[in-house]
Amino acid sequence: MTNIPETGRTSRVTIRLVVLQVLVFSLLLTLGGRLWYLQIRNGQEYTDEAKNNHVQQVVQPAVRGSILDARGVPLADNETKLVVSASRTELMKMKDDGKAVLARLADVLDMSPKDVADKVRLCDAKTPQPCWNGSPYQPIPVTSKATTQQALQIRERAEDFPGITAEPTAVRRYAAPGKANTAQVLGYLSPVTDAEIEKAKDSDSPYLRSDQVGRSGLERTYDKDLRGKAGVTRYEVDNLGRVIGLAKADKAKPGANVVTSIDARVQAVAEYELLDAMKEARKAFDKNTNTNYKADAGAVVVMENKTGRVVAMASNPTYDPNAWVGGISGKDYAALTGKNSNFPLLNRAIQGQAAPGSIFKVIPTAAAVNAGYDFNASYPCPSSYSIGGQTFTNYESKGHGNISLGGALEVSCDTVYYALAHQQWQRDGGTKPKKDAKDWFYKTAHQFGLGKETGIDLPNEVPGRVPDRQWKQRFWEANKDAWCKQGKKDGDFVQKIAFENCIDGNRMRAGDSVNYSIGQGDTLVTPIQMASIYAAIGNGGTLHTPSVGKAVISADGKQVREIKPEVRGKLPITAATHKLIDGALEGVATRGTAAWRFQGWPQDKIPMHAKTGTAEVYGKQTTSWFATYTEDYSIVMTISQGGTGSGASGPAVRKIYNALYGLDQTGKFDPKKALLPEPQKNLPTIQPDGSIEAPEIKPYVPEPKEQPAEALAGPGANGTQRTAGPAGRGAGTAARDTMQGSD
Amino acid sequence: MAGTAHGFSVRRYAPERGAFAKLAARDSLVRRLDWPLLLSAIALSGIGSLLVWSATRNRDTLNHGDPYYFFFRHLLNTGIGFALMVGTIWLGHRTLRGAVPVLYGLSVILVLAVLTPLGATVNGAHAWIVIGGGFSLQPSEFTKITIILGMAMLLAARVDAGDQQHPDHLTVLKALCVAVPPIAVIMLMPDLGSVMVIAMIILGVLLASGASNRWIFGLVGAGVLGAVLVAVLGLLDEYQINRFAAFANPELDPAGVGYNTNQARIAIGSGGLLGTGLFKGSQTTGQFVPEQQTDFVFTVAGEELGFLGAGAILLLLGVVLWRACRIARETTELYGTIVAAGIIAWFAFQSFENIGMTLGIMPVAGLPLPFVSYGGSSMFAVWVAVGLLQSIRLQRPMTA
Repeated sequence: MTNIPETGRTSRVTIRLVVLQVLVFSLLLTLGGRLWYLQIRNGQEYTDEAKNNHVQQVVQPAVRGSILDARGVPLADNETKLVVSASRTELMKMKDDGKAVLARLADVLDMSPKDVADKVRLCDAKTPQPCWNGSPYQPIPVTSKATTQQALQIRERAEDFPGITAEPTAVRRYAAPGKANTAQVLGYLSPVTDAEIEKAKDSDSPYLRSDQVGRSGLERTYDKDLRGKAGVTRYEVDNLGRVIGLAKADKAKPGANVVTSIDARVQAVAEYELLDAMKEARKAFDKNTNTNYKADAGAVVVMENKTGRVVAMASNPTYDPNAWVGGISGKDYAALTGKNSNFPLLNRAIQGQAAPGSIFKVIPTAAAVNAGYDFNASYPCPSSYSIGGQTFTNYESKGHGNISLGGALEVSCDTVYYALAHQQWQRDGGTKPKKDAKDWFYKTAHQFGLGKETGIDLPNEVPGRVPDRQWKQRFWEANKDAWCKQGKKDGDFVQKIAFENCIDGNRMRAGDSVNYSIGQGDTLVTPIQMASIYAAIGNGGTLHTPSVGKAVISADGKQVREIKPEVRGKLPITAATHKLIDGALEGVATRGTAAWRFQGWPQDKIPMHAKTGTAEVYGKQTTSWFATYTEDYSIVMTISQGGTGSGASGPAVRKIYNALYGLDQTGKFDPKKALLPEPQKNLPTIQPDGSIEAPEIKPYVPEPKEQPAEALAGPGANGTQRTAGPAGRGAGTAARDTMQGSD
Repeated sequence: MAGTAHGFSVRRYAPERGAFAKLAARDSLVRRLDWPLLLSAIALSGIGSLLVWSATRNRDTLNHGDPYYFFFRHLLNTGIGFALMVGTIWLGHRTLRGAVPVLYGLSVILVLAVLTPLGATVNGAHAWIVIGGGFSLQPSEFTKITIILGMAMLLAARVDAGDQQHPDHLTVLKALCVAVPPIAVIMLMPDLGSVMVIAMIILGVLLASGASNRWIFGLVGAGVLGAVLVAVLGLLDEYQINRFAAFANPELDPAGVGYNTNQARIAIGSGGLLGTGLFKGSQTTGQFVPEQQTDFVFTVAGEELGFLGAGAILLLLGVVLWRACRIARETTELYGTIVAAGIIAWFAFQSFENIGMTLGIMPVAGLPLPFVSYGGSSMFAVWVAVGLLQSIRLQRPMTA
C-alpha cells in the first residue's frame, strides 16, 4: 500500500475517521463490559433463575388435620363435597366480564344472580361481605353445597360455563357430635390473602393460593400443625410446558390431628345447660329494673384441676361454624358480626370480662391472711360499714355478728372485707400512699393471675383488670381530658362522677379500695381466669396455664407431640390457709349461699366446693357468677344480666356435675350415666391409614324439668352487694365493662 | 505471510507461473486481500451456523422435523454471500460506481414491492417479500448498501475530481435526498430498526465525506427532535411503545412484552465464564427465548459458549471493524473512504443494537447480528459489503 501515493486527503476527514473509530470501539467495549457484568459478576443469579425457569410445579394440597375431642371424636374434620368454583381470570377475559356465565350459573344453582356475582367479587375496604378475600388468581368457590345433578349440568355444558368448575373437594366440616357445637373454641377458616402468602413466602410453611387459614380458636392456634404440607412435584419443562423430565417430587403431607381435652359429651351438656339457664333466667323478674332478666350472654368453663385442661367451654350466644365453609353468605356474615348480632363469634369464656362479685372473695381472704390477719379470729359482720359519711352495706343489709374469715366466705359477708380493705388502705397511706405501700389486696390478685391473660392456647384472650394504683394513674392520664370536658359539679350522676374523676381520678380512694375488696368497682375478670383460680384452689394451690390442646398426632398416628400442662404460678397461700379456705368453700356448698343448689349431693363421696357471686354493673342488670370445684374438676359459669349467682347459674352447674359423675338431682349414682368421673388420661389411637377409633356419641338427654317455682326460689343471702351512692365511682366506666363490651 | 513467501524461491525456478502460483504471488489479488477481515467474517458465519443449529434443532414447528434444516441453510446463505463478495471484488467498487443509479433504483422498487400484496408481515413489521420455496427477501437490507453507494457517489464526485476540498451544501442536500425515499417506505412498514441503522449510516457517510460540521450537528439534533416528536405525537405502534417500556422496566410484564428481554438476559447470564456447552443450554433447549436463531442468536452464544465464546464474537466483530477502519483511512479517494465509513457505521450500530438488546442495554428492535444471525438477505448484504471493503483496499482500476 505504501506504493500508492497519498492524495490530498484533508485533515478534517482524517480526524473524523479517527472519531468514528473511537466511537465504534467504545460501543464494542460497552458490550464487552455489560457481558462481563451479566455473565461473570451476576452469573449465579441468572443461573438460579434459569433453573426456576424450566421447572414447573404441580401442587397437591394437603388435607387439613382434624380437631378431636379427648376420646377421639372429631369436632372438626373434612368431608368431600361438590364445590362449584369460578375462575376470575377466565371471567375477566370475557366481553361482559363473565356476567352472562354467572347468570346462567345462578340459574343452575338456584341462587340469585346477585348472590353469585357478590361471591366472586374481590374484597376491599368498601366492599361488604360476601366477597372473595383470597387470591384473585385462585378459583373462587361459589357454593360447596352443589348437588350431583347441578354439578353434572355444569360439567356437561362446559361450553356454556367457561371458567366454571364443579369438582369434588375436601371441605371443612364442624360435625357437632352429640350437639357439641364448640363453635368459638374451634374457630373457623377463611381463604389466605395475598399479604399472608407474601409474608410466609420464605418461612418453612409457605401458603398455597388455595389455602384456607385458621382465623380464630383452635383452627388459628394450631393452624401450622393442622395445615400439613402441600405436595410439590417439579417437572422440567420447555417453554410450551411440555415435560422434559421429572426434577423432584415431594409427597403431600397431610395435616396433623389436634387432640383436645374437650369431651364432646360434657361440652354438649355445658352448651345445653348454659342456654337453658339463660332461658330460665329470662323468665325471672328483676325487681331492681322492673323487667325480666335479659340474660344476653353467658359462658361456662369445665376444667381439670390437676392440669388446667379445659373439658368443656361454652359461650352463648353461639353460631354454626359451618356457615364459614365454602365462603360465608352476606346474611350469615351480618348475623355473626352486625350491630344487632350480639357478637356470637366472641368466645365469652376468654373474651368476656366482667366484675366478679363475691366469687372474688377468696382473693381478699388470702390477702388478709398474708397481711397478718388471723383466719380464725373474730371479725364483726355488721349490716353496713361507713367511711366518712358514705355507707357500704351488706347484701340485703343483713348482719351476721362476729365471724371468722371462713364464716365471711360462707355467708359472703361484705362488711368484713370492707373493714379489712379500709384498714389496709389506711395503713398504706390512704390517698397519699407510702413509698413502701404493701397493697396486699392488689398484690394478691396479681399473684392469683388476674390482670393479665392466662395464656390459654386460644387467640385473642383478654387480660381483665386489677384496679390498683398504677392502673388508676394510667387510666386517669388516658381519660382526664374527656372527664374534665364532660364533668359538671352540679350536674347529673354521670357528670358529677366525671367532675370528681377529673380532679383526682388518679387517687385510690377509700371507696375504691372497699369496692374492690368484694370484686366490684373497676375489677374485671374473665371466666377462664376464675376457672383457673378455682382449679388451683382445688388442686392445692398450683396455677396452670389453661389449655385446650392436649396432643398433636400426625395423620398416620406415628408421631405424637404431647402438650404437657404448664404451671404458671403458685397461689400465695400456705397449706394451712389453703385447708381453711377449702373448708369454707365446702361450707358454702353445704351450709352457705350455694347449699340450696346442692341438695342431695353425695358430699361424703364427692366433696363439693362453691362460691356464688352477683356482680353489679352500672346501668345493667346483675351478672350471675358461680364458681365450684370438686377434687378433679372445677366449673365456673357466668350469665350477663342473668340475676344472682346461685339463682341463675346454680342449676346448670349442678347438672353438668350430675352428668360428669352420673348422678341425678337426688344424688342417686348410676355408673352407666357417668360421662367422665375421672379426667380422660389416654390419648385416642390413630391408625396408620389415618382412621381414628372414636366411641359413638349419644346426644345429651336432660333430666325432666323440675317445678319452675323451686328453681327460682331460694334463700336471700346470695352474696349480692349493694354499693351505695357516689361510692361506686368506678361505675362511670362500668357500661364499658359488660361482657359484650370486650371485643 | 509476506515474510514467509520471501523465504521460498519457488518463483525463480518457474519459468511460467501456474494458476496457484499466480494467486500466491506477492502482488497478486489474493495476497493483497485483507485476510484478517475475510477470516473474521468467515469465522463469524461459521460460529453463526453452529448457534443457529443449536437454537433450531428442537424447534420442530420451524425446522420441518429436520434438525439440520437451519444449519445447512445458514451455510448455504454464507456460501452465496461469499460468492457475492467474490463477484463484488471482481467487478470492483469503481465499476459499480457507474451502476449505482440502477442498483439504487432496483432497491427502491424492491422496497416498494413490500407494500404491494407481495409483502408479508413478520413480527409486526411488514418488511418481507415471500419468494416461495421457503425463501423470503428483506429488501431493506439491500437499501443499506445502495444508500451508502448512492450518497458516496454524489458526495465524492466533485471532491475526487479535484473541484472541491469538501462537498458543498447543495451536494450534501442532494445526497440526503437519496436516502429519503427508502427511509420513507421503510418507516411505513414499519421497520424501526432498519430506519435507525440507515440514520447511523447517513451519519457515518456525512462524517467521512467532510461535510460541514453544521450538517452533522444539525442532523443529530433533528434526529433527537424527531424521536421526541414521534413519542409525543404517538406515531409509534403499540408494540413498539411496549418494547421501549419493557426495555425501561423488564419486570413490567414478564409474561408479555418484557418476556423476550427477560429470557434473553437469563440465558446470557446463566452462561457464566465457560457456558453450558453447545447444545446443552437449558434456556436454548427449552426454547425460552423467542427468535433465537435470528434477532436473539447472541443469547445462544452467551448461554452455551459463555463469556469466552460470546467475547470471541465481540472480538471477531472488532477485527472486522478495525480492518474496515484501516481501509477507510488508507484509501486514496474519498468515494472509497465514504463507502467504508458507511459500512463501518452500519456494522457497528447494527451489532451494538442487536447485542445490546439481548444484554438489556438497548430497546428491542428486529435487527440481525451481521454474519451470525440466520437470514439470507442480511447475510448477502453483509458479504457484499465485505466485497466492497476488499475492493476498496485493492484500489483496482476500473475493469470496463
